[in-house]
Amino acid sequence: MADEKLLRVKDLILHFRTTHGAVQAVDGVSIELAYNRAVVILGESGCGKSSLAKAILRLLPRNVEKYSGEVILGGQDVMKLDEEDFRLNVRWVGMSMVPQAAMNALNPVLRVGEQVSEPAMIHLGMKKEEATHAALKMFQHVGVPGDFLSRYPFELSGGMRQRVVIAMALITSPSLIILDEPTSALDVLTQANIFNVLKRIKKELGTSFILITHDIATSSELADDVAVMYAGQIVETGDAGRFFTAPLHPYSQKLMASVPRLRGTKELEFIVGQPPSLVDLPVGCRFAERCGQRFEKCVQNPPVIQKDDRMVKCWLYQ
Amino acid sequence: MSGEMQAQNEVIEKFSGENTALLSVQDLHVWFELRRFGFGRAGYVRAVDGVSFEVGRGEAIAIVGESGCGKSSLMKTILGLYKPTNGKVIMDGQDLQSLDTKGLRWYHSHVGYVQQDPYGALAPFMAVKKILEEPLIVGGIKSGEEREQRIQKAMEEVKLFPVEDFLGKYPHMLSGGQQQRVVIARAMIMGPYFLVADEPVSMLDASVRVEILKLLRGLQEEHHLSVIYITHDLSTVSYFSERIFVMYAGELVEKAKVERLLYNPCHPYTLALLNGTSVPDAENAKTFKEIPPGEPPSLVKPPEGCRFHPRCSKMIAGTCDVKVSPEFEPEPGHLVKCWLFQ
Repeated sequence: MADEKLLRVKDLILHFRTTHGAVQAVDGVSIELAYNRAVVILGESGCGKSSLAKAILRLLPRNVEKYSGEVILGGQDVMKLDEEDFRLNVRWVGMSMVPQAAMNALNPVLRVGEQVSEPAMIHLGMKKEEATHAALKMFQHVGVPGDFLSRYPFELSGGMRQRVVIAMALITSPSLIILDEPTSALDVLTQANIFNVLKRIKKELGTSFILITHDIATSSELADDVAVMYAGQIVETGDAGRFFTAPLHPYSQKLMASVPRLRGTKELEFIVGQPPSLVDLPVGCRFAERCGQRFEKCVQNPPVIQKDDRMVKCWLYQ
Repeated sequence: MSGEMQAQNEVIEKFSGENTALLSVQDLHVWFELRRFGFGRAGYVRAVDGVSFEVGRGEAIAIVGESGCGKSSLMKTILGLYKPTNGKVIMDGQDLQSLDTKGLRWYHSHVGYVQQDPYGALAPFMAVKKILEEPLIVGGIKSGEEREQRIQKAMEEVKLFPVEDFLGKYPHMLSGGQQQRVVIARAMIMGPYFLVADEPVSMLDASVRVEILKLLRGLQEEHHLSVIYITHDLSTVSYFSERIFVMYAGELVEKAKVERLLYNPCHPYTLALLNGTSVPDAENAKTFKEIPPGEPPSLVKPPEGCRFHPRCSKMIAGTCDVKVSPEFEPEPGHLVKCWLFQ
């Protein structure tokens, strides 16, 4: 039976081993993503959102302490596959990634055309000419002139390089692309341009996206759903429309109140204190220490509570 | 303290001009020579090309522009790090060009500079105390006791409490927000009356960003500082400054009060920047943004006439692509370099 969801992540855990103890970067994360939708994972630096991307794609460093859970992509639990199987059949083919600082993700000594066509040759077994042709087609999708194929990365502007990396992630036509801070180093107009490109890809190719970012304002350019991450856990998920107008979790509320608005007159707020260390996490709610609405119950770990069709991990909604 | 105060008073006398504006930039050009194979001139990069403006005492202004528009070159020239090719930077009635080494040193210690990337701006091998002590030593404060007092005061001002806990820490032990506070403390430690903040919050998380902006705003008001805030993010500008200058390809294309620029933008480039700035709203995902085609021009060979004309949808053929527009004043105090307002 075909799954109606493209991706189901259940209780995903990724802990790293360090000299100070286990860093609980991803600690029991569950998210779902339907076909041709985009979910934004919002969180501040150090909350584990990049580790979540790596855990889903199984791009792990050597110091992994614990890695478990389910990642069901198109009905298949890819966590059960062995490394070689995963590399051949899931990575690039099922889902691919646009890494953080994608501008620097390109190899400086290879022409961008070669780099973009490489995944097609390796994963789809295309011949070189065929792959170059596919790369040219992808360049048109992302709005890079065709003659840029024979250029080197340093000959392109930041925005163009970003588009090239997106073309590379697209060439094997995966159904899911994970974008890790795709526009954080770019100018306003370039950012808006890249989001136009992503929206067009979503519409024309039916691709789904996981967008990982700390930039709430620009994330709304692509978001269908929003998941908020704090200290290794997802604290709220829901549709973008209701999230941006009325977030549920106290952390999300504070986060939204800190977003500067172009013609805003409201006084901005900031969150006092710092997120807990991922090595030494508090028992109970991880946000309790900084939360203005905490009460006795917050010393216990809050359950995930369903409210309409949104989820929130907070005692307030019990 | 007395020796330092004396030296300071001498230079203050030298500086106390009659102008009401603290900083006046007049027809400033900063060009960088391009060389071919080490010799032979291949042209100039016109990073700043005919920029004029004034900043009053205690006023905060913002310069908004994309990377490569010359805003960093402009800032570095104001800080006295680059020599202007043409034009003048006049601080407190004194032309920067005419300052001798002693005057420049005094100038540097009284103009604060807040860098963009706090981690890159702090020496990784120096503890916070050493980082903050360095400018005091260079600034000629010989008494160790006084240096310590000043460090204590600066750290309290940027709210790094308790001070003793932070003095011995190295930059990597601090969070991004704390690092930026150390950078601000360093900029404030000599008691400047002028502060240049180059994208001070672009590397920080949303919740910390507001905290740092409020801190800067508080310091500005308390010390009656003049501030130049350089940014590419229009959405933070209204929380921080009174006037905005929009920079494109080496020129200031629009100068206006913040509210006027946000509600009545005149230059097509300003309009594009405002359109490109997102406000969190789920409707955004359903529409495509209108973005001017192409990219900012090369500063080696900028387009004839208005530099924005190749990307502009309202271009008037025969005018915009031939003649450089003067500054028009569509409403009092609102200057725009665009033929549409002739």
